[in-house]
Amino acid sequence: MMEKLEKNKGSFLGAFKAIRFLWKRPKTLRYPFEPKEPALRYRGFHLNDWDKCTGCGNCADICPNEAIEMVEIPELASKPKEGIKNERPRLDYGRCCFCGLCVDICPPGSLSLSRDYFHIHFDTDTFTFIPKDEKLDNEHFFPAEEYSVLKASLSHRKKDYEGFSSDLEYSLFEPERVPMPEVRPEARKLSFIEQVIGYSKEEAKKEASRCLECRLCEEACPAHLKISDYIRAIYEDKPEESLKKIFEDNPIPAICGRVCMKYCEDACSLSIRGEAVAVRWLKRYVADIIGDYKTALELKPGKPTGKKVAVIGAGPGGLSVAYFLRLKGHEVTVFDSLPGGGGTMRIGPPVYRLPIEAIDQDVDYIASLGVEFRFNTTVGEDLLFEDIRRDYDAVYLGIGTTRSNSTRVKNAEKCLLALNFLEDNKLGRAVEVGEKTVVIGGGNVAMDVARVALRLQNIQHPGKEIMTQTVSLEDWDIMPAKEDEIEEAKEEGIRFNPAWGPKEVVLGEEGEVKGLQCVKVKSVFDEQGRFSPTFYEDKEMFLEGNMIIEAIGQRTDFSFIPEELFAKLEFTERRKVKVDENGQTTIEKVFAGGDIVNTNLDAVTAIADAKIAAEGIDRHLSS
Amino acid sequence: MRELELYFGPQHLGMVGNFSITLKVEGDRILEATANPGYLHRGFEKLMELRTWIQNFPLVCRINVVEPDPMEMVYAMAVEKLANIEVPERAHYIRSVYLELSRVSSHLFGLWAYSNMLGFDTVAQWAMYHRDLILDLFEELTGGRVYHIYIWPGGVRRDFPEGFKDRIVNTLHSIGGCVPDYDSTFFNNRLFYDRAKDIGKITREDAKKLGAMGQVLRATGVKYDVRKVESYAAYDSIDWDVHTREDGDAYSRIWVIRNEMIESVHMIFKLLDAMPQGKAYSKVLNPFKWKIPKGEAYVRIESSRGELGLYMVSNGGDKPYRVNFRTPSYTHGLTILERLLKDASIADVGNIMISLYVVAPEIDR
Repeated sequence: MMEKLEKNKGSFLGAFKAIRFLWKRPKTLRYPFEPKEPALRYRGFHLNDWDKCTGCGNCADICPNEAIEMVEIPELASKPKEGIKNERPRLDYGRCCFCGLCVDICPPGSLSLSRDYFHIHFDTDTFTFIPKDEKLDNEHFFPAEEYSVLKASLSHRKKDYEGFSSDLEYSLFEPERVPMPEVRPEARKLSFIEQVIGYSKEEAKKEASRCLECRLCEEACPAHLKISDYIRAIYEDKPEESLKKIFEDNPIPAICGRVCMKYCEDACSLSIRGEAVAVRWLKRYVADIIGDYKTALELKPGKPTGKKVAVIGAGPGGLSVAYFLRLKGHEVTVFDSLPGGGGTMRIGPPVYRLPIEAIDQDVDYIASLGVEFRFNTTVGEDLLFEDIRRDYDAVYLGIGTTRSNSTRVKNAEKCLLALNFLEDNKLGRAVEVGEKTVVIGGGNVAMDVARVALRLQNIQHPGKEIMTQTVSLEDWDIMPAKEDEIEEAKEEGIRFNPAWGPKEVVLGEEGEVKGLQCVKVKSVFDEQGRFSPTFYEDKEMFLEGNMIIEAIGQRTDFSFIPEELFAKLEFTERRKVKVDENGQTTIEKVFAGGDIVNTNLDAVTAIADAKIAAEGIDRHLSS
Repeated sequence: MRELELYFGPQHLGMVGNFSITLKVEGDRILEATANPGYLHRGFEKLMELRTWIQNFPLVCRINVVEPDPMEMVYAMAVEKLANIEVPERAHYIRSVYLELSRVSSHLFGLWAYSNMLGFDTVAQWAMYHRDLILDLFEELTGGRVYHIYIWPGGVRRDFPEGFKDRIVNTLHSIGGCVPDYDSTFFNNRLFYDRAKDIGKITREDAKKLGAMGQVLRATGVKYDVRKVESYAAYDSIDWDVHTREDGDAYSRIWVIRNEMIESVHMIFKLLDAMPQGKAYSKVLNPFKWKIPKGEAYVRIESSRGELGLYMVSNGGDKPYRVNFRTPSYTHGLTILERLLKDASIADVGNIMISLYVVAPEIDR
């Protein structure tokens, strides 16, 4: 046929065949009376679900036309800990090209494009627009029957008219974390081997590459570490630079890189639909790969000021305050009753989470800056608090909580206390565990205790039937321990009894522990949200166990402070030491931070307190 | 006779696009023609140096208003080559189908321009309508009718929606059903023959020498198509033909376009049949961290007007160091047009220009 056509010059009469189209219906739509429905993926005006939006600003950062600006909405709550900023994107439709990159980068998936695309207005300001969706903005969204295309504009839009929307598989970020190599539960429960193996260089770089640099984490972190910057340095394969960034705010990366409570990861915008960037493991990677901080950091103590500061307690707060003050040129002496630095970190977190070597790595570096450490020195016994206060220009109390609380139920004195148990284990003293152990408590310390007990059982009673169980007042939904801790404990075979309260430690004929009598919990908190447990008196349960450990919280031992001085020390309503904006207590020359001051009770908050106190002490000394 | 200088465009009715030609004429005969591009210079190549790898992706399609898709493809291919990104098999097929749809839509647009210029208004309306049906498909697939912003480094932006395959087939069948109408009204019309035969004739040697590409080259009998010469996407996984004609005139060029359109439709059917399952996008690095190793790449594809090339240099940063497009309209609209207009009559200027399918924004960038 092709050949024939080619030779054929054709006839002009053929064109008349087209005449029959005269009697056909026209194809052109009589717009707007015959509107055309846009496709389901149409890229029109923006919709933003404010409940999901975190204000992370990634949309504004990726916009090729700079059409998006983040504006503060004062009436919205800003919760850095939960990763929400009170900012929302504002669109300038004079600039927007409707490419939808903002939709594909939106980590919570709150931003989408609708099928509306009309806006006609004589006022150009109306083209600048803060998108919401019909949930929040009922005024401007109309159901299909009330909607008219003749009135269509940014203030007259159709309900349920979503177009181009987010799809995780086609998003511009990686929702899944690079898996952290770990020792398997079956193997790790048999010994105290460190559970987390650590990222390799390639894994760390890949994980670092996921960070979108929205800095929600930095606001959530109590110590405000420059997380985005140090992660970027890891991605660029510059661990030294990364370490320098970390040391600007945190001098104990090997410790925090293992046991930090990681508020940053809770706030990470990627955690909403995927997994948070492994900020903690990345910090640990830097600390591990460098090892010797001294050459990498090139930090030097400041010009000597001739002032002397005493720090009581070599925990995270004490170490940090010593580090910051040493950099300012003050002479710092740290006192601690333990044989090494780390404070609670040294005795609390079991070896499988935080090995002693990692603690010493951080402590040794701080010592190398010229901070004097006096270990095995108990203030109040080996030397007097008054003498310290007299001999030094300022004193920092980083004493933390060193005494475990007891349930004080009947025969509670037969139980072991969490901190004593953990300390004995970690410092290498022999601890004998029973075949059946009950741990009272549902916090992170209880998890540590239970998991240590299980390991010791496996070591001391090989081949025998062993059992470790926990009992906590709190039910699953309000259990204070971190989710991953609970998960790991479960993996190792620890049994949980949530929402049960201890009633009595049951003793055998010879006074030996037989088990724990428990009673069902009705509620843990009262209407005001205060701790005030109530029980169903008729629902009881007996847990068999020849060893019971209490892990229900700790308190501070202030006995080293003389009474007349202690009387001057003021406390807050929540029974915390009262400090001013400089970290100073109501006793002159005495500053404080950490667990005795804040309610977070963790290392990174202690560092944050230490930063404030260090500045305060410095101001105090130079005035 | 007196020599005159005539300005043809950019406001001339016979001119398509923002482009102009200065003609030196003597009577009806053109002595010399000088193409004047620059009315549509938007500085894309420079702009692209200031935007990150992903931010360039919504920009690049705007270089060619008529046929944005090959621009997306060539950009994605260059980035993939530089950054060593593996594209999933399914994405290759989707890309091919999408590019062939774009070729059909672009050729229909060219047919509209050409038939309109000759005064075949009916055919022009048909072509425009049929192009709109394909734009509907694009809208469904990508969310945009003209600027699809669809092929991005790593694959494509979304997979086919449900039932989309059938709708492609149905649409193409309904367009294909009109081919006899097109033939009798236009392609086999004596008026078209008389008006286009021997107009804007270029020899095979000249075509090669002057860098002609696409249907301009194929109309002189050279079987050259980048899809065959240096296959990309999924083109080597199906059987298809390169269509040529011998004469090298406007008539041959329009016939090549017609045959290519039909071939493209057949290719789409074959591609749809062979399309594998799987994912259609392999994630690239997060855009805020994305840097591409130092290097340079040249990639080329066959757009509906000929060979489209992109030379890209990265110096290891988050933005391209330099991009340079080799667009078919550049040679067709400047050197070849000037050559063909020499000794032509004024009445044939539009005919020759549109038969070369010059798209002005491609020249200017």
